[in-house]
Amino acid sequence: MKRIFTLLLPIFIVISFAFKGEGDKIPAATIKKLDGTKINSNTFSNDGKPIIISFWATWCKPCKKELDAIAEEYEEWQKETGVKLIAVSIDDVRSSAKVSTDVKTKGWKYEVYLDENQDFKRAMNVNNVPHTFLVNGNGEIVWSHNSYIEGDEEKLYENVKKLIKGEALSH
Amino acid sequence: MLKSSCSATFLLICFLNPFNGKAQDKGNLAQDIGSSIHGNFQLDAQYYEPDSLRGAPQINEKMLSNAFGNLMFNRGKFSAGVRYEAYNNVMQGFDPRYKGQGIVNRFARYQDQLLDITVGNIYEQFGSGLVFRTYYEPGLLYDNSLDGIRVISNPYKGITLKGLVGKQRSFFTVGAGIVRGVDGEININELLDSVIQSKTKFIVGASFASKNQADNNPTYVLPENVGCYGGRINILNEFINIYGEYVYKINDPSADNVSNSGGNTYYSYKNGEAIYLSASVATEGLSLLLQGKRIDNMGFRSDRDATLQNLLINYLPATTRQHTYLMPAFNPYATQPRGEVGGMAELQYKVKKGSLLGGKYGMEITLNASVAHGLKQYNVDDTLTASTLYKTKYEEVGELYYEDIFIEINKKFTKKIKMSFMYSRQFYNRNMVQFGTPNAGFTNIVADMAVIDLTYKYKSSGAIRFEAQGYITSNKKNPNAGSWVTGLIEWNPNGNWFVAVLDQFNFDNPDANLKLHYPLGSFGYTTGAHRISMNVGKQRAGIFCVGGVCRNVPASSGVSLSITSSF
Repeated sequence: MKRIFTLLLPIFIVISFAFKGEGDKIPAATIKKLDGTKINSNTFSNDGKPIIISFWATWCKPCKKELDAIAEEYEEWQKETGVKLIAVSIDDVRSSAKVSTDVKTKGWKYEVYLDENQDFKRAMNVNNVPHTFLVNGNGEIVWSHNSYIEGDEEKLYENVKKLIKGEALSH
Repeated sequence: MLKSSCSATFLLICFLNPFNGKAQDKGNLAQDIGSSIHGNFQLDAQYYEPDSLRGAPQINEKMLSNAFGNLMFNRGKFSAGVRYEAYNNVMQGFDPRYKGQGIVNRFARYQDQLLDITVGNIYEQFGSGLVFRTYYEPGLLYDNSLDGIRVISNPYKGITLKGLVGKQRSFFTVGAGIVRGVDGEININELLDSVIQSKTKFIVGASFASKNQADNNPTYVLPENVGCYGGRINILNEFINIYGEYVYKINDPSADNVSNSGGNTYYSYKNGEAIYLSASVATEGLSLLLQGKRIDNMGFRSDRDATLQNLLINYLPATTRQHTYLMPAFNPYATQPRGEVGGMAELQYKVKKGSLLGGKYGMEITLNASVAHGLKQYNVDDTLTASTLYKTKYEEVGELYYEDIFIEINKKFTKKIKMSFMYSRQFYNRNMVQFGTPNAGFTNIVADMAVIDLTYKYKSSGAIRFEAQGYITSNKKNPNAGSWVTGLIEWNPNGNWFVAVLDQFNFDNPDANLKLHYPLGSFGYTTGAHRISMNVGKQRAGIFCVGGVCRNVPASSGVSLSITSSF
């Protein structure tokens, strides 16, 4: 079996690079709105304007720091660019009840979803949270970033503005 | 072995077909459907040096590593994926039965509005998971995926039906038992949207799961089919969210409820049950969350002899605070499937911006209290071959297992300075929580913990963070004896790099030779979705938890490397 796998691995890699490139659509997964309604992630839309998808958890300190930092600027970001932030919590049952209390207490104005059994997290190949994606007006994933350190939100917003102007994004 | 290579070939065919299709139809309709291949990798490796003083053992291989890679293909309504894992050999602190390498997960899935069919390795959860949950957490090597088939259908608006059958992953093979399950959920508001125009939503559900395993026991007559079923209700609107679930399991003698006494082994034929309740009220700036549960004999696995994290069919969430800092997570709690009653209350308040306390940016306060007790058991003398061994009463609780009182304050003072402060006082019954028996030989721990976390953002993408933590206890008998202090400095010179130095100091150890420091240096580089980090130094023995599941990690000394990447 080992030999077969060794043979297959390079083929997988070649194929994956043949397909690689920006412009992939958001994969399909069932996630839950805070009001209990189920929706499919491939229906995310923002009237042709960019979307930020941020994977987070109530027990993840850097995730909350990032979303808090964006919350301070969010109104301005929306006015200037029309960008929308979708916050996907990967909390499992142990802490998923905390998602709505955290979001409301903090007064976040984001669209928040629960990914309790992490179907969407796996479909998006997220290893660890926080993991942030940028989706263009055509619903294609064009940029992603793992982890958060102070000031990352400014870089993210620079990229949102570049995306609107059609400029190349930076990491 | 053969199965893995077959499945890889099958997936390869799946991948190749659309690949050819896309090449031919470039610019045609196929372009609109769009296909993509994505994946991720993770490698963790450590070079171990023995350190007898700190209890880090000699590792024969000198270096151990865990690695995995996922590859996922999407095209319209079709998706497929494979995961390869390699343990050469598995790192310290994980189950040594993870040995070798191979494809451990592959699936193909078709989903549209009416039907969603998956074959291969399946992750699914019914309700809150008390009856059925298969889940993957690579940080803990927790993977109990169901290798089989699942069908999800939405035959009418508001109605979701699920059915599945298969065997569960157990290391590089599957477990002995067959698992079958069905679940139905009705969103009453969606179903009756023409009749009810209510902002309060009502969702009800019911689930059933059963396992089948042959009885080869010469002494006992063991049930070959064990069923578990339950119902749930969720009522929620803009302000409130109430969830309740009750489940019942028929008698299931297993390694989870076996008793040993006087050199004899006694299986328990008692039925199991669990209740889980959660209620919250929240409005902008203020929220209250209450959670409670009672669990009696609810270990449910697809092999009656399985132990530890292996082959669990259901999930019993802990209702205690999940701590994020190092010292408060010293003694983490895990649900006791044999019997537990417990609950938690959490109040969160955000002091408004512009008020005296709130200042320019506001201030967040969290208060949390949680408690967990065992169940008081009364002996039952019934026939030996089908003994229930004990019974419990709803109105009575047993021994205290865990208690935690917690306060956290978060405040941003200026654009540059942010602070978090937390304090927690915990009671920890180590015998019961970690060993499940009152005779494990440890004494209970009462400890006070405090953390100050200060961030100074000295330029737009540069920051320094300090953490000071204390863990004060009068209990000096346990491993990691006495009180500890911890200090951390982390520096982010720009958006890509980090450098950190951590020291944990067991200053209060009663043995003068064991008043030891555990220094650890780390640095890392992140760009996009790629991250590489390295640790050099000493790590304390302890319990490491992610997402509510915990594992014991022995002390270690040496150099470790971690690479994660997604594409």
